[in-house]
Parts: sequence; C-alpha cells; structure tokens
Amino acid sequence: MQTDFRQITYQGLWGNNAALVQLLGLCPLLAVSNSAVNALGLGLATILVLAGSNTLVSLGRHALVPAIRLPVFVLIIAGFTTCAELLLRAYAIELYQALGIFIPLIVTNCTILGRAEAFASRNPLLPSLVDGLMTGFGFAIVLFVLGMCRELAGTGAVFANMDRLLPFAGNWELVLFTTDSPFLLAILPPGAFLFMGFLIALKNVLDRQLARPAAVPEPVAPGSKRVRVTG
Amino acid sequence: MTLATLLFSRKAPMTTPQIMALVLAAAVPGIIAMTLWFGPGTLINIAWLILCALILEAAVLKMRHRPVMPALKDCSAAVTALLLALSMPPAAPWWAGLIGVFFAIVIAKHLYGGLGSNPFNPAMVGYAVLLIAFPQTMTSWLLPHNGAGFADTLARFLGNATDTMDALTGATALDRFKLERGGMTVSEFVAGNPLYGTLSGAGWEWVNIAFLGGGLYLLYRRIITWHIPVTLLAAMTLLSLVFYDGGSSASHGSPVFHLFGGAAMLGAFFIATDPVSGPSTTTGKLWYGALIGILLYCIRVWGSYPDGVAFAVLLANFAAPAIDQFVHIAQKGSNHAG
Repeated sequence: MQTDFRQITYQGLWGNNAALVQLLGLCPLLAVSNSAVNALGLGLATILVLAGSNTLVSLGRHALVPAIRLPVFVLIIAGFTTCAELLLRAYAIELYQALGIFIPLIVTNCTILGRAEAFASRNPLLPSLVDGLMTGFGFAIVLFVLGMCRELAGTGAVFANMDRLLPFAGNWELVLFTTDSPFLLAILPPGAFLFMGFLIALKNVLDRQLARPAAVPEPVAPGSKRVRVTG
Repeated sequence: MTLATLLFSRKAPMTTPQIMALVLAAAVPGIIAMTLWFGPGTLINIAWLILCALILEAAVLKMRHRPVMPALKDCSAAVTALLLALSMPPAAPWWAGLIGVFFAIVIAKHLYGGLGSNPFNPAMVGYAVLLIAFPQTMTSWLLPHNGAGFADTLARFLGNATDTMDALTGATALDRFKLERGGMTVSEFVAGNPLYGTLSGAGWEWVNIAFLGGGLYLLYRRIITWHIPVTLLAAMTLLSLVFYDGGSSASHGSPVFHLFGGAAMLGAFFIATDPVSGPSTTTGKLWYGALIGILLYCIRVWGSYPDGVAFAVLLANFAAPAIDQFVHIAQKGSNHAG
C-alpha cells in the first residue's frame, strides 16, 4: 500500500486538525493557553508524547490483543507522559510549576488515544510517526496561537517569561501596549472559550475562501451518465 | 396612533418598535433619579452606549446581509444599550462602555442569531464581561450627591480622571454594607453615615422607587406580566426576612434594604422580564422569577460581587429552557413542547 505522506500532513495540520476540527483535548487547550510560553511548553510536550506513543503502538501492533488494546495504549501514553514530565522538571522547573496538573493530564488527552487507536495500531512505523508528529504540531500550533492571542489581549505583551522554556529567550517579551486596566477576561477561563470560538470561526472562513474556486460547477457533459433507477 | 394613546391606552401595543419605545419611556423616571443623585455621568453613559449600539448593530446587520433600517428603528439595540448603561457606574470610561456594548450586541445577540434568538440577556452579558474583565473600574461608583460638574464628569468619561473625581468615587452602599460593617449592628452602621438613607443606600432608594414606578407603568401598559417581577421580589423578601436577624451584627440587612437597594427594581421589572431569554410558559415564569430572586440575594449577600442581578439573570437564562420543559412535563405528562 502506498502511503500518502502529504495527505497525512495535510490532515494532521489543517484538514482534520485535532483542536480546530475534531475539538479533542480541549481541557488542556483551554486551561493552559493563558500565555504563549505555557502554551508552547504544553504543545511541545504533547508532540513528544504523541510521536512517541504512535511509534511504540505501531511497532507493537502485531502483538496487540484486541480485547486489551485500550489499557495498553493508555500505559504506553502514560509512560511517555512521565518522560515529558521528568524532562520538563529537569530542564524547565518554572514552566513545570506553572503548568502544574496539566502535564500529567496529557495522558487523558483524547487526541493521543484517538491517533493510537485510529491510525498507529493499523499502520506501519513511518506513517505512524509522521501522523503523530503532524497531529501533534497541528495541536501545538493552535495552542500556541491561542496562547499568544490571549496573552496579547490580556496583558498587552507577548512572549513574557519565555526563558522558562528557552534559556536564551529571556528578553523576547514584546510589549505592544501598556494599560492600567488590562482585559482580564482574556486570561481568565471565559477568554479561552471566546478566543477558541473565534479561531474555529476563522478556520471555517478560510476553508470556505479556499474552496470557492473549486465550487464553480463543471459543465454537464452531453450524453447522460446517470444511472437508471427506474425500471 | 397619537402619543397620548401610545402612552396611556391600556390596549397592548402591537409592534416591536412601540414596545421598545415604551420601555425607554418607562425608564425615564429612573434615569432622572440617577442623574439627580449620581450626577450627569448616567446621561453620558446612556448617550454613548446607545450611539455605539446603533453603529455596531448596523455594522453587524450589514455583514450578515440583513436589512439595516428596520432593525435600527425597532429600538431593541437601544434598549439593550440603555439597560447596560444604567447598570454601569456613572461616567465609566468610554472604552468600558464600548467593550460592553460590543459583547452585548455583536457577541451575545448577533452571533447567537440576532433579535429573538439570543439565549442570554445581551445587556447582562455585556455587564458580566465588564465586571469580570475590569473589576476595579466597574465597582467604583460615584458617591451620591457628589456634586461633580458636567466638565469633570466628562473628563472622567474620556479617561482623564482628575483627583477631585477620584475622591468622589467609591464602593456602593450595598458593597460597603457587606464588607465594611465589622461587627456593628445595622442601626449603628447606618446611623449618621451619609451613604445610607431611610430605606436603603442614599440615592439608591429613590432610584429604586423610580424604577418601581416605571415597572408598574410597564405592567399597566401590559408590556410585561406580573409573574416574573412579583415572584422575584417575593423570593428576595422571603430570603432577606429569614436572614434579617432583627438588625444584629450578623444581619444581612432588612427586606426593605434589599428591595430598595442596588439594582433590585431595575432588575425585577426591566431586565429579568426580557421575553427572549426567559421561559415562555406562565408557570415557568413564576419559577424563573423566584430563581432569579434567590440567586440575586445569595450572590449579593454571600458572593464577592457588589450586586447579583447580572449573574442571577444569566444563570436563570441557562435554566429557562429546562424550566419550560419541566412545566410541559408536569402539565401534559410528556416532554413534547406545545
């Protein structure tokens, strides 16, 4: 079977985006997207877990007993989540503290279990790895954009405290405006739902714009190709 | 129809523009009372918010390819803006009003389908967004009888808050009653305090009496029915009676203090009676009003916000479809509406 890596990439990043189209993993998405650095941190951790679990599930797919596949998936995902947690704790302790419970909760992100079940357990190693990476990137990009929007609207600056994740990025903070009364709502939970709604709407508008040229009706070929349905 | 018939006939007005015009007229006594006690900031708020609401309404209708003029003429956007303006502190900065109206008209009303389709009261969505986003701005009211002139008030509205104006603002009477009493009995706290009048907060009692008058006029004019205001106020009275405690240091205030304090009357007659976001069955309205009354009292007394009307109404909006459903089941034994 020929694998269409282009299709996998397109579906993971855009067409079937985990966050914008499937609306999976919304709990961490909404909870930690209050700043760009938190969003990026969780996004990278999710990519790592997703790629790792897809690889391992794909490798072991022939040995898998169908009846107990879900517990096995969860164990594999939990293993990689623990790795991500330990890595963050070792190299980015401040980010680890800021993300708190949402790192262990990566285990419960339905996107990861969904890809293991729907893709990795039925496909060879390389496509599964690419699928994991692309789905992860699709999720992380949305998370990062959401985090930037909310941080910008709520504080007037983006990329504050980036050195929590990247030690060399301490002076990346970009102040666009300062105000005495910041729009707190954007950083509070309701802001997550609002901005997420706007992002989904934006994607749908873009999709419609992209689909427009294709929507020109093709001229009907003379001579009927219709299947006769009456006797 | 002449103006006099429109204002005083007891026949129910038929068209949406007439209804909205009468709601605006009924709010006039309340607006006058607020202006007399809290200064011209209320008028500035109203003018600015209605202007913003009309522009935003027109822009969204244009984007949705809907006819603009009929929708502007029916005044529903203006009523939303008026209710939001009356809920906001007088002479709140201009950007706060603009953001509030944006959330009310664009998000709470049009993104949910426009007039008649919005599940939540647009004015209260706007107010809730502002209260959560800018707690400091939204909880500092001008003091009653502050004596601020029009120029100072306008400067505050434009964002150039002068020190004189800052000195004239503070928490509301209702807020202080909850936060600053510190073991005093009610009469000890209220006596000699210029923030309190005979019935409730100074100024607030008259504002509430004026809105009560306007509300009774709406009832007389058959624009609203008695069900929601009566059950709402009854629930509040009952609860405040239970927790009144004779005015001791643990008292949460007398029923009169609560009925004539804060936004009680404005909420009961003008806000909670919104026909779109409330239940449609008569029995449902009774439960809905009582639910708002209970929530309003609880948020006011045990919550951390100065008043509870907005959150009580929004929470009851959530419950309205379920209330209608239960009423149908109870009355007809099935859950098929109609």
